[in-house]
Amino acid sequence: MESYLHLQDGRTFKGKASSTLQEPMQGEVVFFTGMTGYQEVLTDPSYKDQIVVFTYPLIGNYGINDADEESREIQVSGVVMYQCTQQPSHFQSTQSLGAYLEGQQVPYLTGVDTREVTKAIRAHGTQQAAMSHQDHHDFSKPSEQQIFAVQGEAVETYGEGDLHVGLIDFGWKKSILQSLLKRHVKVSVIPFTQVEEVHTVKPDALILSNGPGDPKDALPKIDQIKAVLDEYPSFGICMGHQVIALAYGADTEKLPFGHRGANHPVKDAVTGKVFLTSQNHNYVVKKESLSHTPLTERFSNVNDRSIEGLMHHSGQLMSAQFHPEAHPGPHDAEWLFDDFIGLVSSKGVKEHV
Amino acid sequence: MSKVLVIGSGPIMIGQAAEFDYSGTQGCLALKEEGHEVILVNNNPATIMTDYDVADKVYCEPLTVKSLEKIIAVERPDSLLAGLGGQTALNLAVELEKEEVLKKYDLTLLGTGISSIMQGEDRELFRALMNDLDQPVPESEVITTIEQARAFAAEVGYPIISRPAYTLGGRGGGIVHKEEDLEELIATGLKASPIHQVIVEKSIAGFKEIEYEIMRDHKGTCISVCNMENFDPVGVHTGDSIVVAPSQSLTDDDYQMLRSASLKIVSALEVIGGCNVQLALDPVSKQYYVIEVNPRVSRSSALASKATGYPIAKMAAKIALGYTLDELENPLTGYTYASFEPALDYVVVKFPRWPFDKFPQADRSLGTKMRATGEVMAIDRTMEGAFQKAIQSLDTKVPEVTNHWYHLHQPTDLRFFAIYDLLKKGTAVEKIHAETQIDPLFLQVISHLVETEQALETEGLSQPLLHQAKVYGFLDDHIAELAGCTTADVEQARKNYDIQRSFKLVDTCAAEFEAATNYVYSTFAGLNEIEPLSGDGKKALILGSGPIRIGQGVEFDYSAVKAIESLQKQGWTTIMINNNPETVSTDYETADRLYFEPIQKEIIASIVEHENIDLVFPQFGGQTAINLAEDLEKAGIPLAGVRADVLDALEDRDKFYAALKKLDIPHVAGTTCHSKKEALQAADSYTFPLLCRPSYVIGGQGMVIVQDKQELEGALAESDERHYPIVLDSLLQGAEVEVDLVSDGQTVYLPDIIEHIEPGGVHSGDSMAVFPSTLGDALKQKIYTYSEKIAAEFTYSGLMNIQFLIQKDDVYVLEVNPRASRTVPIVSKVADIPMVDWAVRILIDDPAFSLSRQPAPVFQETAVKYPLFSSYAMTDLDHKLGPNMKSTGEGMCLGTTVEEALAKVFAHLPDLYDVKEACLVDLEGKHVPEASDLPFEEWITKEDAAIYVNDQSNEEAEKRRITAVKNGLTVMSEASTFEAYLKGLACKDPVPVPLPQQSHEGVKSL
Repeated sequence: MESYLHLQDGRTFKGKASSTLQEPMQGEVVFFTGMTGYQEVLTDPSYKDQIVVFTYPLIGNYGINDADEESREIQVSGVVMYQCTQQPSHFQSTQSLGAYLEGQQVPYLTGVDTREVTKAIRAHGTQQAAMSHQDHHDFSKPSEQQIFAVQGEAVETYGEGDLHVGLIDFGWKKSILQSLLKRHVKVSVIPFTQVEEVHTVKPDALILSNGPGDPKDALPKIDQIKAVLDEYPSFGICMGHQVIALAYGADTEKLPFGHRGANHPVKDAVTGKVFLTSQNHNYVVKKESLSHTPLTERFSNVNDRSIEGLMHHSGQLMSAQFHPEAHPGPHDAEWLFDDFIGLVSSKGVKEHV
Repeated sequence: MSKVLVIGSGPIMIGQAAEFDYSGTQGCLALKEEGHEVILVNNNPATIMTDYDVADKVYCEPLTVKSLEKIIAVERPDSLLAGLGGQTALNLAVELEKEEVLKKYDLTLLGTGISSIMQGEDRELFRALMNDLDQPVPESEVITTIEQARAFAAEVGYPIISRPAYTLGGRGGGIVHKEEDLEELIATGLKASPIHQVIVEKSIAGFKEIEYEIMRDHKGTCISVCNMENFDPVGVHTGDSIVVAPSQSLTDDDYQMLRSASLKIVSALEVIGGCNVQLALDPVSKQYYVIEVNPRVSRSSALASKATGYPIAKMAAKIALGYTLDELENPLTGYTYASFEPALDYVVVKFPRWPFDKFPQADRSLGTKMRATGEVMAIDRTMEGAFQKAIQSLDTKVPEVTNHWYHLHQPTDLRFFAIYDLLKKGTAVEKIHAETQIDPLFLQVISHLVETEQALETEGLSQPLLHQAKVYGFLDDHIAELAGCTTADVEQARKNYDIQRSFKLVDTCAAEFEAATNYVYSTFAGLNEIEPLSGDGKKALILGSGPIRIGQGVEFDYSAVKAIESLQKQGWTTIMINNNPETVSTDYETADRLYFEPIQKEIIASIVEHENIDLVFPQFGGQTAINLAEDLEKAGIPLAGVRADVLDALEDRDKFYAALKKLDIPHVAGTTCHSKKEALQAADSYTFPLLCRPSYVIGGQGMVIVQDKQELEGALAESDERHYPIVLDSLLQGAEVEVDLVSDGQTVYLPDIIEHIEPGGVHSGDSMAVFPSTLGDALKQKIYTYSEKIAAEFTYSGLMNIQFLIQKDDVYVLEVNPRASRTVPIVSKVADIPMVDWAVRILIDDPAFSLSRQPAPVFQETAVKYPLFSSYAMTDLDHKLGPNMKSTGEGMCLGTTVEEALAKVFAHLPDLYDVKEACLVDLEGKHVPEASDLPFEEWITKEDAAIYVNDQSNEEAEKRRITAVKNGLTVMSEASTFEAYLKGLACKDPVPVPLPQQSHEGVKSL
């Protein structure tokens, strides 16, 4: 049935709706340029409530499997594609993408010129959009504060190991946990609203997870977060990185249309090397806001020179705007986990910048 | 500023085609951009890189260590760039290092170092490195006897793969399926290997074959430009595989696992520049194997460049000069950097172009040895669309297949078409998958095409169906044929439903960043985003020549690119359409805009309409473009210098002979026959032998000399309807010559005559030739006069090629080609005359240009052009020269005398006077005392055996020639070729000479 994707700036794109689209569905619209990794994107809590547009036209070729979910359920609120492959082909595939989306009542559009949608988002920035059967949509106030919706309810502990990491949860991805378990680290996931639990859990170090939306949504807990950061060697990923910056007095701002995809080059000021990273964020740490903080820039984006990672002058804190845990995307930054574990093991005395 | 010596890849051969002209040209231009002086050695004159626009000094000299050292001694370059000239250049770099030439002349090798190259190329070193890196490689063993091979096979099980050490393009190798085949293949392999060593390997046939194109700089930044998935699973050479980019059936986890492995390997090899990594992935587990790496730019990197828009060779050259990837701008966006990985929002399909349409009787099986001469690429937003566009780009009739399962099982070049047929007959995808291991995802794509075809046959042209068919790449005339209506009906229906072709951009970043590129493809899946190019000047569309094939090679890309440069200089806006990913013409920086599309009338018409083109240029795109002229003219599209009536008058033998008669120009006696019956009747009025020539063919395809009526009947049985009318010409004995001329309708400029070494009856593309000629003045004058008369008769504008036969004092016209020919680059370079530029200026009526006022050429040197036969890839074929062209490429050498040029041409062969067993001569009525006296069977086993000469036409001769080819020897099948070789031996120490340069200051393009 002919349906529409309405952008708040007024542009409308035609497509064919899934049976799961009934009432108009509104959300923030973002585009993902990676050519693989749709299952990881759909289940990444950082995409909570967003409508994701895939720029690669053939989505669903290898189906859906039991291994590549980043959380227990689909997090996005809607999907826009050109083609959703009906008969996937992969030995791990258990169902088709369409069946998966329908099974979890997630609406999607196909037959949309996703390149044109991407250009519209690029031109007018991240904005609200609506999937609808009607040729017109009255936009309502956007939903916000997604981090409260995606964080867990209580502390949960995984794995065994000599090293114990507290994973402060803003909407963690399974791959962060797996990157740690693979390195024989015991992990306790602590909802950020219960950050005081750190004192009970008494881990050796902290990792601040990724999460959806605006890092300033976490401001009500920022003092408590700073208190634990002062005490534990810590590593912030994506939103975790932004929260660390906020905790030490730096500021964040919204990018025009965010970074999403599997091909963002990041340069390491320490080694001079550039590596490719997986990214998914709307907000970024403001460069000039670092000047009166104990933080310095270690990683920067080669394309737009934005901040991609920080070091605290104590050498105990590091952060990355990108996703070293990958999934989807390149594994080039996985070594950061090794570096962090090394740092924790040597009690943070090593100078890194 | 420093002086850089660049080694090219030499003549086009199977496994090493135009992609190295593209990479070499990009590399040379990048070096010049950085202010370096470029000294180029490449004996392929048909290339764009051997032009003074690209290099500062060009040597068409033999690609041997001896010859290179002479050039190095004269030029004293500071550094050497060998990573852009294919395996040929890479091997020469290794040899120059081994023979300490680099050290002697203090030459720095730019880019990837010798030890890395050897570690990548030497199978044993590579294997050891993979073990160190914990990267899996298929089980294998180095063996030197058949017994060892047998023991290995018994251990790992059949099939096993045989890879002879130190050979090119899989020569002498293959797959052993069962013990009975082992002995023959391993014996051949041991013989093919110069060190009598074969690597036997456990076969992983059936695995997915995946390639990554990696770039790495000296600081260690390492990126993957593109990955590709082969439609054909492991077992078919990647050059013979249909390839899709990006990979389609890999999860992100699979993709990243293989990407990480590739990066790890390239980093360990310390590559500086480009590197290709081939991997095999088990379709039912995460198990993978590393197949091989190529530490240089390659055919795949040219494909990856065109598939993504990322200019690998250009970046590789700059990295070799010491730049890092994050310092280099991404030229497509202009403000992002080269240290990123392209994101595609379309699908690319590469389809190989095989020579089997010319040799239908040859063994068509595909395996570890590459057979394709070229390839096409297509871009669309669905795989269905991209597959269809690729097939439309092949410029061949879709072959009729019989014995379908054989082609699936073997496999052969017809596998794709056999699958199509089987699906049409209702065979289940699962069954085909079980037989071929081709991923069901790809088979479904073919299935969708079949379903659409069947719907068109039965359902009539509804809006959704027509839209679907167009999204899936069906052309209007094909739809009409299926739906049983006229093309006009389909066009009308499309108009009614508003189903129009859109154009989209290739931008490397899936629209994430704004890009100002000129790289465009068409699609029916989505909206148009391409505005017509604006500008004050007029707009030209230049038609390309499509894939490299026997008879239509890189020389037509040369003409097209030169035409673009000339038009740009005259203030025209240039638009290129072509589909060959290996070429310079499909570099998006060549023309003002590139449409990467099948060269089909419907698509050309869409572009002409969309861009509001003033003039279309078919003259520079070979026979492919010329064959479209009539249809384009009918569609009311303005053509430059090509008129359908002229084409008809030249191609239709009756009209052509009538015109010659009127002009009082002798021609061979011949009759046009419109049917088999007519041909057999006509034959009665001639004496055999006769030359039987079909119409509208490239490279003498289907052309045969028939000795009697029985042979004629055989030949006619093999031709199909579209080859009629067939012309029967009496075969005159004599010398053949040809000319390339520029004409403005009144005046003709004819630089000189190209004199063939082999006699008439041998296809001009397979002849060696001397230019300028050694003919006497009277003959020359006759040829000039006839040429002028012919051009004037048709008030012809532009480039024309005429072939003549000389018998004593008489000159006969054989044929006229109203277009740029194979020899245009040779004539242009040796005479130092910008033929294409002049032709263009005539075609656009440039008032500042007068053909009659151009000075006569001054020849400083004599050139000898020679054919290159990729006989190693077609070992079952008798390479006896005849009217059906067999060579895949050509080379050229210059000398102050013909002898000196010949000495260079044959520089790779031993001297018959020094080496007793070098040569065996079976010439009718000729005894060569210096040649071997051994019987053939014994001689062929000798280490020194190198040249086999046999000009006879009988079964035994044929068998011997084939045996000689199989043993990797040079075969000469004409006495005149052998005589030329002997003549060359007279010159003992040839001196390198550069191509003449810039005698026409201000006239040459750019």
